[in-house]
Amino acid sequence: MSDKVLLDYGSGGRASQRLISELFLKYLGNDELNRLNDAAELSLSGRLAMSTDSFTVDPIFFPGGNIGSLAVHGTVNDVAMMGAVPRYLTCGYIIEEGLPMDDLETIVASMGEAAEHAGVQIVTGDTKVVPKGAVDKIFINTTGIGEIIVDPSPGGDRARPGDAVLVSGTIGDHGLTILGTREGLDFEAKVESDSASLNHLLVRLVRELPDVHVLRDPTRGGLATTLNEITASSGVCCELVENDLPVRPEVRGGCSILGLDPLYLANEGKFLCIVPQEDADKALEIMRADPLGRDACRIGTMTDANPGKVVLVTQLGGKRLLNMLEGEQLPRIC
Amino acid sequence: MSFELLEKFRDPALCRKILDKMRAELDGGLRFMEVCGTHTVAIFQSGLRSLLPEEIVHLSGPGCPVCVTHESEVNAFLDLAGRDNVIMATFGDLMRVPGHGGRNLKKAQADGARVKVVYSPFDTLKLAKENPGDLVVFIGVGFETTAPTIAGTMKMAKAQGITNLRVLCFHKTVPTALEALLTDAMTSIDGFILPGHVSAIIGLEPYKFIAEKYGKSAVVTGFEPLDILQSLDQMIGWRNAGEAHVTNNYTRIVSDEGNLKASEIMYEVFEPVDALWRGIGLIPGSGLEIREEWEGFDAKKEFGITIEEGPALPGCKCGEILKGIKQPDECPLFKKACTPANPVGPCMVSTEGSCAAYYKYKLD
Ligand code: SF4
Ligand code: SF4
Repeated sequence: MSDKVLLDYGSGGRASQRLISELFLKYLGNDELNRLNDAAELSLSGRLAMSTDSFTVDPIFFPGGNIGSLAVHGTVNDVAMMGAVPRYLTCGYIIEEGLPMDDLETIVASMGEAAEHAGVQIVTGDTKVVPKGAVDKIFINTTGIGEIIVDPSPGGDRARPGDAVLVSGTIGDHGLTILGTREGLDFEAKVESDSASLNHLLVRLVRELPDVHVLRDPTRGGLATTLNEITASSGVCCELVENDLPVRPEVRGGCSILGLDPLYLANEGKFLCIVPQEDADKALEIMRADPLGRDACRIGTMTDANPGKVVLVTQLGGKRLLNMLEGEQLPRIC
Repeated sequence: MSFELLEKFRDPALCRKILDKMRAELDGGLRFMEVCGTHTVAIFQSGLRSLLPEEIVHLSGPGCPVCVTHESEVNAFLDLAGRDNVIMATFGDLMRVPGHGGRNLKKAQADGARVKVVYSPFDTLKLAKENPGDLVVFIGVGFETTAPTIAGTMKMAKAQGITNLRVLCFHKTVPTALEALLTDAMTSIDGFILPGHVSAIIGLEPYKFIAEKYGKSAVVTGFEPLDILQSLDQMIGWRNAGEAHVTNNYTRIVSDEGNLKASEIMYEVFEPVDALWRGIGLIPGSGLEIREEWEGFDAKKEFGITIEEGPALPGCKCGEILKGIKQPDECPLFKKACTPANPVGPCMVSTEGSCAAYYKYKLD
């Protein structure tokens, strides 16, 4: 194959065949995908969870991962947040002509690795190559499907006054890494994306505590926006305790330089979990037993004080609103 | 500064102690204005606003550079965006500031204008070098904090022989604006929390008139809760004793003399001129303009741009808010026609704007 992706590779002809067999099947292959039929034949049962997401991250390589692994983690996590075991993924690639073949190989390889790690199979896919400038390097869409193992499944509308609000680890790592890498900023201390598949941990959690009320991954918009979505759909108030929010000092430092708030930065390997008060300790125990939930902690309580709002109890003991993010966070003048 | 040291300025027990002391000392109210937008946000973010005694009225001043950027200045940069061979360079804050017809730089960008968000004015040097066939126009909005870096960028461009960089200079200076507020009969302000970063450049001297001429107090203050509480407590004490002073409580960053080198660079490139402030109007000597020796960098000259007073935005109360006459939630448009997603005035756009801070942080 040539050292750059050419328009030919998306033509459907021999070049496409070569790209599929020499690259995609090499890293993503499994019994179903290898059959190369027009559609995949799956065996699933019961209530299903399905989710789709398109990944357009810039830069495509960043400390802690790349667009390929991210495309698996993101969708696997979305499916798992329904209290489901993710089983199958589809993937669609839109590649800009001229992308170095080595870059594509790295991306596909880490996608394969991430899928294996998560225990999901990529069963069908699609590749398009578009003229230079039509997309920015590479976009990947993944759709995931899995079997729901709890009834009812967790949902934002199920939060109740008195519930404990837990988070599986430190927040803001992914968002700050992406912004920092994009702008070529060198932070004093190393920051790294937390991108990871959380499904194994989540499945353990819901098996042992089937009454988990809410599971959510605070991706775009961060913790603050996700909590606002939950309070809006449940009509309950969330009271967060600032002192209890886990933020790495290096993330806090980087954010203060850029004028950003870690509460609004994306996470790709963390989840929020809202459980009945009496289950909080058990949930934390399960989370902390997994390396991906090592830093899990309790950050607040659902109350009936300010319906539909997220309130932050500050270090000083004052209270203020924690609103939704409007648009993207932009660094300030000074 | 180390994180540990910063934590000391957030010590909840100490803060509570000062709050109690303030409560005991207060006789009558205190109307204070924080000049700087970052203070506004700090007061909300730390929860201080919900803890201050009710008699202390907290006003947000004209200290956010985005908020005070005049309508006609906004229209000027929006008109430039989208011209052939022009690349607009700006800090992120200005992207959503609305001009006439609700236009903004984000929309201009979507319409094909080349707009580049930069993190430092120095980034424009690279941009200019990479686009030799284009003119890179940096939108120079900001106070004494930002102006020296932009002057430094221009000097560096000159040294490197870069000829395709222009600055659209709308810089403003803080002390002159405070004098305009103090002479306005509508305002009633007992004391000022003075901006930390601006003061780091200009020092204490330019604020002395506040006590000497107007008998009000003013304190250069850091951005941590303890900084703010200490300054307020001090001003209450002075008022009770019938005194007025201007002091520097932010000595860990600000020296009384300011940063002489930065001031020097700033005035080498810029000179004071009259300037229009949004909602306040013309304030003599409150702007900075590019000196004649540097006019090769002047985007206003290049494009023949003039800035003039026009009709204000209907309904928007930005002016009264910037002067501390009204609070944001007293504006009829607040949270209704005017939200951060759809801002009517710049006070709702800027992350440091008072309307945006009220919208974002205030629990009602
Ligand atoms: S210029 Fe500096 S001092 Fe002024 S509002 Fe902005 S941050 Fe505050
Ligand atoms: S709420 Fe909007 S319209 Fe009213 S003063 Fe603030 S920015 Fe202007």
